[in-house]
Amino acid sequence: MEIQDLFEETYFALSANKVRSSLTMLGIVIGIGSVIAMVAIGSGAQGNIQASIASVGSNLVIVMPGAPRGVGTQVSSGRGNAQTLTQGDADAVTAQVTLAKAVEPELTKRYQIRATGANTNTQVIGTTSAYTEVRNFQMDQGVFLTDSDISSMGRVAVLGPTTRDDLFGQDASAIGQTIRINNIQFRVIGITKAKGGSGFSNPDDAVYVPISTAQKLLAGTTFVSDIGIEAKDAGSIAAVQQQVTDLLLQRHNIANVAQADFQVLNQADILATASSVTNTFTTLLAAIASISLVVGGIGIMNMMLTTVTERTREIGLRKAIGAQRADISAQFLMEAISLTFIGGIIGVVLGWFISWIGQTFAGLPAQMTASSVGLAFGVSAGIGIVFGYYPARRAARLNPIEALRFE
Amino acid sequence: MMIELKDVTKLYSNENVEFLALKGVTFQVEKGEFVAIMGPSGSGKSTLMHILGALDTPTSGTYRLDGKDVSTMNEHDLADMRSKKIGFVFQSFNLLRRATVLRNVMLPLMYAGVPKEQRKDRAIKALKSAGLDEQYFNHLSNQLSGGQMQRVAIARALVNDPAIILADEPTGNLDTKTGEFVLGTFQRLNDEGHTIILITHERDVAEHAKRILVIRDGQMQKEEVNHQRRIQSAT
Repeated sequence: MEIQDLFEETYFALSANKVRSSLTMLGIVIGIGSVIAMVAIGSGAQGNIQASIASVGSNLVIVMPGAPRGVGTQVSSGRGNAQTLTQGDADAVTAQVTLAKAVEPELTKRYQIRATGANTNTQVIGTTSAYTEVRNFQMDQGVFLTDSDISSMGRVAVLGPTTRDDLFGQDASAIGQTIRINNIQFRVIGITKAKGGSGFSNPDDAVYVPISTAQKLLAGTTFVSDIGIEAKDAGSIAAVQQQVTDLLLQRHNIANVAQADFQVLNQADILATASSVTNTFTTLLAAIASISLVVGGIGIMNMMLTTVTERTREIGLRKAIGAQRADISAQFLMEAISLTFIGGIIGVVLGWFISWIGQTFAGLPAQMTASSVGLAFGVSAGIGIVFGYYPARRAARLNPIEALRFE
Repeated sequence: MMIELKDVTKLYSNENVEFLALKGVTFQVEKGEFVAIMGPSGSGKSTLMHILGALDTPTSGTYRLDGKDVSTMNEHDLADMRSKKIGFVFQSFNLLRRATVLRNVMLPLMYAGVPKEQRKDRAIKALKSAGLDEQYFNHLSNQLSGGQMQRVAIARALVNDPAIILADEPTGNLDTKTGEFVLGTFQRLNDEGHTIILITHERDVAEHAKRILVIRDGQMQKEEVNHQRRIQSAT
């Protein structure tokens, strides 16, 4: 029996009962389709989260205040609330952490901001000129804060595009206009390029002012809310973390790392956490979708068993005219595999279509990966083998005499 | 010698019942013979047919077909024998429904490993020998009449040029007139040199053969040389 004969026999057998074949295939189509769609949506979400984390800045290390702790007590308040990082810490980091490419301290607070005829409430970030470098920012119009703005405590502000839209109207020209933060006048000198993002720390919805101005004129303090550090390259991130930790422990007179009143995070940590969350999420979705795949496989087995019973006489005849066991089992196995394989192809198309719909109409980012498509084909062919094996074996083992007598 | 059976027995047994279907059958068939094996139902003729057709092996005794000992073969070799040496014609035709006449006839060639490009020519030749009109070659088998179907089955038995053609009640599902045509076809094929064994319970049918073996209760009862065989000219 040639391989081409096998394909012809399979085509002949499946097309003899088109409705039943296609309904059985539908089980696999839905199974594969949902696995593909779920994995695509899952990895789309993952890609989205990773991209937005990466957009915050590359090789980024962030120093944040830890939990404040009173002298001689073990009572802790929430992380990040303490005012333990000072401008002096930031200056020391800038001066002494040798592997840092750029350092920018920040003081962030929310204020009501007014312009002519409009107002909004958003975060005002006091920072330095290194901010664009560390946080991976680009300017759309005008310029960012300069070192002289910092040293002269200039009353200048750079707006995120969303804030500009809120205050001056969509895409309006804002350069040179005046805004009021806490009733103090600031001149707008630049608009940052949109980065995308959402939620509490949307980089597009912010006002950037010199950190000196923010500390003295707005907040009246010398603390900073965090320090962003850009490491020289990805390989030196860990070393930067170590240097910063050592330096700050020394400056804060703390002997034990566990008692530190600050924390040093790097982007890789944040990324890894986010990735593991989305991975779990993707696996869960795929596992649920796989159940329908198994149900589809059982459908295949059910149909193949029915077919074998129905075609008992045919099997008897084939054996009488010289078919070997292997010929018979190859024929039935091929029928099962063809059903699942064709079902798999249609399923991939269906899955692609579902993720396209999700992306287009529901805004779910979807990412079809070659590996998930390859896996789908492998799994569908595998299901054909697993669920087709038993019926095929049963057919091959039929006794020709009894099979020929079968009514 | 084409077929040689010596003391062939067949014992069927399950948990509590044993049944000796063949009680020592011995006979020979030479190349080019047309032999009828006749017996009532329950006589063991079906069991004998299964052994002759290499569908089953005897419990004891030997069966040689075309020089090969079939009685001790395993399943794989039996299938090989059926593929190369035996052509079956069944009472109920056993054609593949929804398949064309040509496809049905080419089927044994597929299992015998005949290259694809030779199959169609050989099938057409066999169909012509079996006397089926050329206009039906591409019909589906279930569109044919009973007589036509049996001719397709005969062509299928012939196509791989077997050592013997084994016909099991080939006229059982046909009316008398059509049955006569089919038997005439066997006679003509025999005249052309084919070895044919016809299994039947009807004397009228058996009388088309040149030699009649009567089997009863699992034993050969008598052997008749049929001097006045009924001749039916195949048309």
